[in-house]
Amino acid sequence: MVAKPGLDGHDRGARIIARAYRDAGFEVVYTGLHQTPEEIVEAAIQEDVDMLGLSSLAGAHMYLFPRVIELLREKGADDIVVCGGGIIPDDDISKLKQAGVREVFTPGSPLDEITEWVKEHVRPRD
Amino acid sequence: MNPTAQKVISGDIRAVARLIRDIDDGMPGVREVLKEIYPHTGRAYVIGITGAPGVGKSTLVDQMVGHLRSKGETVGVLAVDPTSPFSGGAILGDRVRMQRHSLDDGVFIRSLATRGHFGGLTQSTRSAIDVLDAMGKDVIIVETVGVGQDEVDVVKSAHSTVIVVIPGMGDDIQAIKAGILETGDIFVINKADREGTDKTLSDLRLMIDMDQKKYESGRWKPPIIETEAVFDKGVTDLLDEIGHHKNYLQKSGEGLHFRRKKEKVREELADMVKQRLIEVVLERLIDTGDFDEAVDSVVSGKTDPYTACDHLVQSRFTIKPGK
Repeated sequence: MVAKPGLDGHDRGARIIARAYRDAGFEVVYTGLHQTPEEIVEAAIQEDVDMLGLSSLAGAHMYLFPRVIELLREKGADDIVVCGGGIIPDDDISKLKQAGVREVFTPGSPLDEITEWVKEHVRPRD
Repeated sequence: MNPTAQKVISGDIRAVARLIRDIDDGMPGVREVLKEIYPHTGRAYVIGITGAPGVGKSTLVDQMVGHLRSKGETVGVLAVDPTSPFSGGAILGDRVRMQRHSLDDGVFIRSLATRGHFGGLTQSTRSAIDVLDAMGKDVIIVETVGVGQDEVDVVKSAHSTVIVVIPGMGDDIQAIKAGILETGDIFVINKADREGTDKTLSDLRLMIDMDQKKYESGRWKPPIIETEAVFDKGVTDLLDEIGHHKNYLQKSGEGLHFRRKKEKVREELADMVKQRLIEVVLERLIDTGDFDEAVDSVVSGKTDPYTACDHLVQSRFTIKPGK
């Protein structure tokens, strides 16, 4: 699932990522803009996704990303791998990883690197 | 009772979500769960929504869910989007229009991709309808792009089928006339503020009126409703008409439990047997290596696919060569 948390209204990046995943053979649920962490987590559970990609370009990632992870834990859905992408300062990346974000992709990351990462790190079901 | 079945019946969201995925992925063990939940199905009212891409189906469904919820009805939504024939991937974007309901625990929304499977969409969607029914949803809305036999079959599993068109799609109406248009119980002209609504209305009316004799003998005559889903205009009219159609089904003896009726059970069971046979047979041919051997001999020019097919079928089963 590719989701846009918060008030950030720029989803071109998220849509390009969704498209890249589709072209790599994944089924991608796209939630649209302006989602609260609560809405994203509920949608991820109803869709039973393997991975959740969060996109943020407006600076609120230090609240939004960890909040999503906290809610996933509360709901017993922390088996869902969470990744982040967007305008994220280097200093924040290690903090986000500590909070449970598995990987962060910043502008310039090649699309095939992003899709390959999923193939390597998100385990398919038996 | 199977613990998964127990959880599904008690409405456990995670169990329901996982079961629908297992159905779609054809995981082992699913059939046992489905067997146990089947006695708990048959209560939900199923509405099929179909139409060409971009006519506003998801927006319409979003508004319908809002109105149904305000009447206290719980709702399940299955939104089917196409799988890319090239990569096998899919972008499932119907949720975008419905996200305002995601925190409402009376609403369960699930996206499904058509994938490539032989008639499997119909089967897995029917099973997913059963799961939402068993979890206790009062109304189930199935939204699908109205192309292909599978999608037509999916909406045929609904009590009421709603066909959505937009003004100016005259040619598209022509294109689907013989197929999906015949299955419509209710027609919606969405984006009815646009130019060409009158023309579309008269085209549809003409098509429906051609069956005038049938209606005189008491059969349901499909109404046509104009909506502007984005502005929530006409949506309650649509729900009223669905209510009328429900009453009609009850009175006419076509019945609300139509999926338990002989002809319907026959049709669904035949589909199920067909699909299972294909799975079993193909699996066996692939396991023995016969299938790949046949593929290779066609590729290398040793034989043609018709002969290879007859050979495969004859070598394993006592069936006469195909015509």
